[in-house]
Amino acid sequence: MAAASKPKLAVWKFASCDGCQLSLLDCEDELLDIAGAVDIAYFLEATRATVKGPYDVSLVEGSITTAHDAERIMEVRRQSKILVTIGACATAGGIQALRNFADVKAFTAIVYARPDYISTLATSTPIADHVRVDFELRGCPINKRQLVEVLSALLAGRKPITPTHSVCIECKLKGNVCVMVAHGTPCLGPVTHAGCGAICPSFDRGCYGCFGPMETPNTPSLSRGLEGLGMNERDLQRVYATFNTNAEPFRREAKRHGA
Amino acid sequence: MARKTIKVDYLARVEGEGALTVVVRDGKVRETQLRIFEPPRFFEAFLRGRAYTEAPDITARICGICPVAYQMSSVNAMEDAFGVTVDGPLRELRRLIYCGEWIESHTLHIYMLHAPDFLGYEGAIDLARDHPDIVKRGLALKKTGNALMTLTGGREVHPINVRVGGFYKAPRKRDLVAMADEVKRARDMALETVRWTAGFDFPDGERDYEFVALTHPHEYPFNEGRIVSNKGLDISVRDYNDHFVESHVAHSHALHAHIRQRGAYLVGPLARFALSFEKLSPLAREVATEAGIAPVCRNPYQSIVVRAVEVLYSCDEALRIIENYEEPDRPFVPVEPRAAIGHGASEAPRGMLYHRYRLDDDGTILEAQIVPPTSQNQPSVEEDLKVLIDGWLDLPDDELRHRCEQTVRNYDPCISCATHFLDLRIDRG
Repeated sequence: MAAASKPKLAVWKFASCDGCQLSLLDCEDELLDIAGAVDIAYFLEATRATVKGPYDVSLVEGSITTAHDAERIMEVRRQSKILVTIGACATAGGIQALRNFADVKAFTAIVYARPDYISTLATSTPIADHVRVDFELRGCPINKRQLVEVLSALLAGRKPITPTHSVCIECKLKGNVCVMVAHGTPCLGPVTHAGCGAICPSFDRGCYGCFGPMETPNTPSLSRGLEGLGMNERDLQRVYATFNTNAEPFRREAKRHGA
Repeated sequence: MARKTIKVDYLARVEGEGALTVVVRDGKVRETQLRIFEPPRFFEAFLRGRAYTEAPDITARICGICPVAYQMSSVNAMEDAFGVTVDGPLRELRRLIYCGEWIESHTLHIYMLHAPDFLGYEGAIDLARDHPDIVKRGLALKKTGNALMTLTGGREVHPINVRVGGFYKAPRKRDLVAMADEVKRARDMALETVRWTAGFDFPDGERDYEFVALTHPHEYPFNEGRIVSNKGLDISVRDYNDHFVESHVAHSHALHAHIRQRGAYLVGPLARFALSFEKLSPLAREVATEAGIAPVCRNPYQSIVVRAVEVLYSCDEALRIIENYEEPDRPFVPVEPRAAIGHGASEAPRGMLYHRYRLDDDGTILEAQIVPPTSQNQPSVEEDLKVLIDGWLDLPDDELRHRCEQTVRNYDPCISCATHFLDLRIDRG
């Protein structure tokens, strides 16, 4: 098949740690097949060669934190038929959205000797706050199996299968003993979006919510349970205010506890 | 032509976003600027008020390529503050997860980011079209690194199993032993990688660097040691700030680090190799010698060979740990917080990573300082360019631009890491 007839894939980066795009390079068994099925038209972390848009599928990593990036995402949207956000930064604003609850000038002064050299927005916002997003893939980082599923589905013209239930269901499917019920370990599993494969409870640790809120989570109810396990207001606020702090259900619950 | 500017607006095959400007006047390089425009994310600010227990998970998010380095430097700092010693099998497991990260990160850089420069390809995908077996070998090797991280850490990007005092859950001996054959195969591939990269055509470029790395009396460094250089520095990690200083320059979001009163220095594979060659495994020493780079390599372009030697070492070390591993009685040492200042350093794949925290009596973080390897190396990258480009000014712009990019990629710059970092612009006037 001639290269020109293959779908064009682009990978874009905004404010992020590069871990989600690395997940594509971490698909060691599938990478060469993916490269055979699509034309990797723009992926600076992997290649200098770039092909002009428009692109059939754009994967977007990172959140919007600068005026320049707010403009750049508009151009990415204009150039892309399908735009998929990958990871907690692009989907919810990321850990850097903690600035949304603070004074960014004070933050700049803490980190940089010359705050006047730094230009940044007061907020870190998800891509969907700026442009239409066709599909959101959760996780900090994303799960590479889910990434392969999303790419395969889009190439086949079907909807990706990424369950929206909670991490609790993944624990049940895996046959894990509940860390909260059996060991009294605080766990965000009941309100957290599935996708990781319940890694933390499988390692005797409570889920810390890196895939963000599931659909219609009952966070107040979970918070009562966490209080019963000895967490104070400050702990409760912090536990929701991490990698998906700007996702509405987590933001609301963190605020209820003093954020 | 008297004046010229060469610009690379988005450097490819580096982790993060940066640019490079080279200003040429009267046939001489006057200025080089490595500009890091990765947007600031303010980790050191929002760590204030968080619990000490959160530091490994939060700081991991600084870099998706080397999260283990951030987790290790942060737990080392917390344990320093609270007077906790982690030894025995837990200490060995920390070396094992680091072996996984070095194999994964170095192999990514060798095969996918750096080798295409030497072989005239735009990236690994093109390289795979002509040499599928080479790229498949790289992917298989990288996969073993990731498998070691997943086994000990739960997943390859942002592992979940590291905590202050040790781990949440210690792996079973049988699960480690089950990986031994795969690691042995990886060691064979690493050996082939050293020989393959040693055969590349390297530009001349020896420089008299001040190499800085952790050094330990008996071990190739991961988590412990004194900060030592080849020019007389020999200090405790706790004294880092007395000897190193970070400054903020207008053209970059990465802070530049210098040794007080001396200037630029170099961290990373070349530095570790020069300072700890004798502590490599016998096979790694033998192969490095055969490759012609032992015991000191001062040509930054040959860093790709040194990385391959470190991958080989990491496979040997992982095998040693797997064979000798005994399951610990408990997966972590209990930790009692107290008001204190803690310092921690470890050897990220790209070089030494320093963390310092001031903590309240309940373990709340009051101040955090994080000095990633890329900001330490940034002045050295700019000096390399200044010194080395002079000889290449007659090249056509495209080739010159490529040579400059390659010079930057020697460092495996992790721009996302350089929290506070590249576009190549050559200004010939």
